[in-house]
Amino acid sequence: MISELLQFLFSGLTVGAMYALAALGYALIYNASHIVNFAQGEFIMLGAMTATAFVEAGCGLPLAISLAIAISVLAGIGMERLAIRPARGAPLVTLLIITLGVALVIRGAVQVTLGKGNHMLPAFSGDAPIHLGGATMVPQSLWVLGISVLVVVLLAWYFGRTVSGKAMLATSHNRLAAELVGISTQRVLLASFALSGGLGAIGGVITAPITFTSYDAGVVLGLKGFAAAALGGIGSGPGAIVGGLLLGVIESLAAGYVSAPYKDAVAFILILLVLMFMPRGLFGAKVTERV
Amino acid sequence: MFHHSLRQLVLPLACLIAGAACAQGEPIRVGAVLSVTGPVGFIGDPQQKTLELHVKRLNDQGGLLGRKVVLTVYDDQSDPNNANTFAKRLVESDKVDVLLGGTVSPPALAMVPYAERAGVPFVSTGGSLALVDPVKKWVFKTPHSDRMVAERILQDMKERGIQQIALLTETSGFGQSGKKEVHAAAAKFGITVVGEESYGPKDTDITPQLTRLRGLQGAQAMLIFCGAGTSPAMAIKNYAQMGLKLPVYMPHAAVNQEFIKLGGAATEGVRMPTTGFVVPEALPASDPQKAPSLDYYRSYKEAYKQDASPFGGNVADALAIAVDGIRRAGSTDRAKVRDAIESTNGLVGLNGIFTMSGTDHNGLKPESLRIVEVRSGRFELVK
Repeated sequence: MISELLQFLFSGLTVGAMYALAALGYALIYNASHIVNFAQGEFIMLGAMTATAFVEAGCGLPLAISLAIAISVLAGIGMERLAIRPARGAPLVTLLIITLGVALVIRGAVQVTLGKGNHMLPAFSGDAPIHLGGATMVPQSLWVLGISVLVVVLLAWYFGRTVSGKAMLATSHNRLAAELVGISTQRVLLASFALSGGLGAIGGVITAPITFTSYDAGVVLGLKGFAAAALGGIGSGPGAIVGGLLLGVIESLAAGYVSAPYKDAVAFILILLVLMFMPRGLFGAKVTERV
Repeated sequence: MFHHSLRQLVLPLACLIAGAACAQGEPIRVGAVLSVTGPVGFIGDPQQKTLELHVKRLNDQGGLLGRKVVLTVYDDQSDPNNANTFAKRLVESDKVDVLLGGTVSPPALAMVPYAERAGVPFVSTGGSLALVDPVKKWVFKTPHSDRMVAERILQDMKERGIQQIALLTETSGFGQSGKKEVHAAAAKFGITVVGEESYGPKDTDITPQLTRLRGLQGAQAMLIFCGAGTSPAMAIKNYAQMGLKLPVYMPHAAVNQEFIKLGGAATEGVRMPTTGFVVPEALPASDPQKAPSLDYYRSYKEAYKQDASPFGGNVADALAIAVDGIRRAGSTDRAKVRDAIESTNGLVGLNGIFTMSGTDHNGLKPESLRIVEVRSGRFELVK
């Protein structure tokens, strides 16, 4: 009984960490620009696909991963420079549609250059499962959880202790005020796209040994990440983490205790309920209307 | 009108100039709708390459009935709605004599109503039994149906004395029809399904479902009725992670190198039914399927510098059946071609030997499915 529950929790936390990283990417860009970046899932896919391509071409794992992250950061920068910046000042809906377009471009480019097959990245430290209290997990799950925690700590440090992080935070609170005190919001936007590109790639690379990857893997991940971000409160860092983990665990418990075909439905119904009573998500910013 | 008469004028002229090399008369038009991109693009893409290669070879050998064969392929992007539209376009604007394709069951099923209404011979490559059961006048199919696959698996279990099984099915159409067939046939083989779970084709963690199946008492084997793609590898990796030790069976959808590449060591010992064509090296030299299968892989690799996919065999067979039918009919008259295809007899294809009849529009026998097992990263025939 306990071992069953433990198994469901392991499974849920691993999947949840994946969603949380995707949700964090959404939060970063949303904060800097109020854009919901629908290409976030494609950054994850891009990282995973380029890493497997480099490994298959004979690169060592560390080199392949570094190159993959670098490429995704470049993709993030490219996206901001070539797609978002030229449309500066356009309504949010337009920008949102632009991100959908960028998602299609990235997916198409990967499909043409790296093919339509499914790929797998070797696990970082073997496939032998770890037994714990009657439940099992693969060592890669620990990598996923560990690196997710590390990323969160690094982001907290970045936003709390560095000037550019604080600038990003200031921009998220009030763009005009940030500009008035001399923050280049343009550079903040660029940095946020680069950061979420890199974040996506990290998420893709650490989960690829568990989930496999293909050119169209970003769609589902992007959707689940967005759901997690909405659940936690879009734009909130802690919200993204909690939302992601919660979504993963709910799915896994639903699959285990209710019924597997309904696990997505159970998760989404819970999200709807949360949003009905807390429209800004669990950790969303409180908005007070001035009369 | 003008174009038509112009063509009639120019064609004989061109023939005069080109001499004997020019095939007589109107070309024979073969139309195919394939899922070249989208979720099952990895199946449709090698199918398109196979068709193009085989039509080219046919023309190099002088064409069919002394006429050139022209191939038109449309990509339905794995969307059944598109498949229906393209089938119509192939018949009405491209004037094809025979329809092929519908890479997997959903698009193939979507093409059926139009093929029936328009009265065009349609050789499909979908796995679903619903394509030919009940028999449809104009529709034929080349892969083994899910029922045959399910029964072949249960037969192998019976021969090994397995009586109680756990069943894990994929929520896709193929997995669900497989589930239905397993339940329908289980009693016939004296097998009881003691527990079952399902999972989605895009799921990235199936351990909750496996945890429930692990708790079952008395299961002697696990049948994972999965579709193609990453889903078989995902299931088997989670299965190995959970430390489960029961023998595992999977349908033929899992028989491709990608499964072994993605699943790694976890795939060792998995048993599945498949056609001899998928494991040509393992066939005895006397087997009639050995030579054509090896030839298929060799010619594909020569032409495209990459390994052929077993899924290409389905469409190669579809073309072979259509070509054989047109040849025996001696014309492209649709009704005559249909009758000729229905009387296909002993045609050695890649999936097996096709012998069709008025009640059987698939024409394969269960014996053409053999059980293979993964051993040291290769599919090997088990006796």
